[in-house]
Amino acid sequence: MSTGSATHPPSTPPTIRVHPRPPGVAAVVLALLRKEFLVELRTLESVPGMALFAVSTFVVFHFALDATSVSGKEASGVLWVTLLFAAMLGVNRLFVADAEQGGFDAFLLAPVDRSALLIAKALALLAYLVVFELVAVPAFGLLLLEPSLGQSMPDLLAVLALADIGIAVIGTLVAALAVQTRARDLLGPLLALPLLVPIVIGAAKASAPLLAITGAGGSPTRWLLGLALYDLVFGLIAYAVFDFLLED
Amino acid sequence: MTVLVMSDSASLTPALQLEDLERHYGERVALSDVSLSLPAGQTLVVFGPNGAGKTTLLRVLATLLRPHAGKVRLLGKELPREGWAVRGRIGLLGHAPLLYRELSAEENLRFHARLHGVGELRVAEVLKAVGMEGRSGEPVKMLSRGMLQRVAVARAVLHEPEVLLLDEPYANLDPAAREQVTGLIGAGSGCTRVVCSHDPSGGVAEADVVLGLREGRQVMLKLARDVREGDIAGLYR
Repeated sequence: MSTGSATHPPSTPPTIRVHPRPPGVAAVVLALLRKEFLVELRTLESVPGMALFAVSTFVVFHFALDATSVSGKEASGVLWVTLLFAAMLGVNRLFVADAEQGGFDAFLLAPVDRSALLIAKALALLAYLVVFELVAVPAFGLLLLEPSLGQSMPDLLAVLALADIGIAVIGTLVAALAVQTRARDLLGPLLALPLLVPIVIGAAKASAPLLAITGAGGSPTRWLLGLALYDLVFGLIAYAVFDFLLED
Repeated sequence: MTVLVMSDSASLTPALQLEDLERHYGERVALSDVSLSLPAGQTLVVFGPNGAGKTTLLRVLATLLRPHAGKVRLLGKELPREGWAVRGRIGLLGHAPLLYRELSAEENLRFHARLHGVGELRVAEVLKAVGMEGRSGEPVKMLSRGMLQRVAVARAVLHEPEVLLLDEPYANLDPAAREQVTGLIGAGSGCTRVVCSHDPSGGVAEADVVLGLREGRQVMLKLARDVREGDIAGLYR
């Protein structure tokens, strides 16, 4: 190693700067959500695609099952498989703008708690799921379901809410992992589907009695509790590992 | 390997210290045995052909990449362990503008301002400083490359960083725009600067220290005044 020594005046004296206090998690989540919804409103890349996919799938089921209507377990299976695959479209798009346009780097350069990104993205995905289900569930009721949705709607909303929370958390976790790989469109569903199967099972079991011709029974409580527990466990796992997913 | 030691006074407190820095991408060596010390307020200009490791060096300093060996200290903090302590003090202007195409310049800068806890008045201030206040409402996908670069400059200096990491910062800028942004990111900005450049005369003119990289290895480290004609050209042969 050769070592040189020299004195050289600086270009200009270094400026002493007073730095603003880093923003709190809530402020960062709000900023990220605002950006997320602005980008989605301008591009319409996620929600319309999810809704269109779901409605098209119900039409395909209508012909494939060769039945004008379904009910009970069959209806529940059709509904949840369709909602799951439609949700995967949103999961796959969740971080694409950030990865392609440098949003990831911009976020990593900011002096903020990185779990804010997990919270914001999961909330954004949850919002997309809710909006697309506002179209997809009534469409299912019109196109395929034999009994009316009206009576069972309050219980079905509870099932939808618990399932959507789980899909949003797991979807965000998997999307953050997959988007950093070249095969993200393949890897996202491959990683997500096994983790989402318990949610589909729980949601389908809880919905089946609600969609039966015999009238709306309540959702089996154990399936609702199971969904809530699954959401909680994956919420904690996501919070614990999300930082590491963002690291180089 | 050469280590250039700047001696003398408190004003020359190192803002950046590298010791045997290494970084790989799989089997490929992107940086190897890079060592230097840069006093606060000075400018390090990095030259080297494409693939020499310039951008990787900037990304390591920006805390976006982890060094695989060696030591990196920036503003007295060791990276990556204390990266959190320097993130808000770094301004990165790389090849990507880090702007959402569908959002306007103003919306993008407001988003960045919120991430850095900066007031919204500063957004208007930097847009004016780069001469983009008249087009600030248009989606950035509608802007020319030069305009996009000006918005990217505004984004990089929005939070008044102490360290500027600049990768060919004057790319796509016309002379007037170049002059306009020089006050923000030039030697007079008061920032410690690391600048990647392919412009030998312009680069050396704004440098205090010059680093030459080739295939990830440090092949030259000199004070700018000691750089001879042909030193930089030699890096590209």
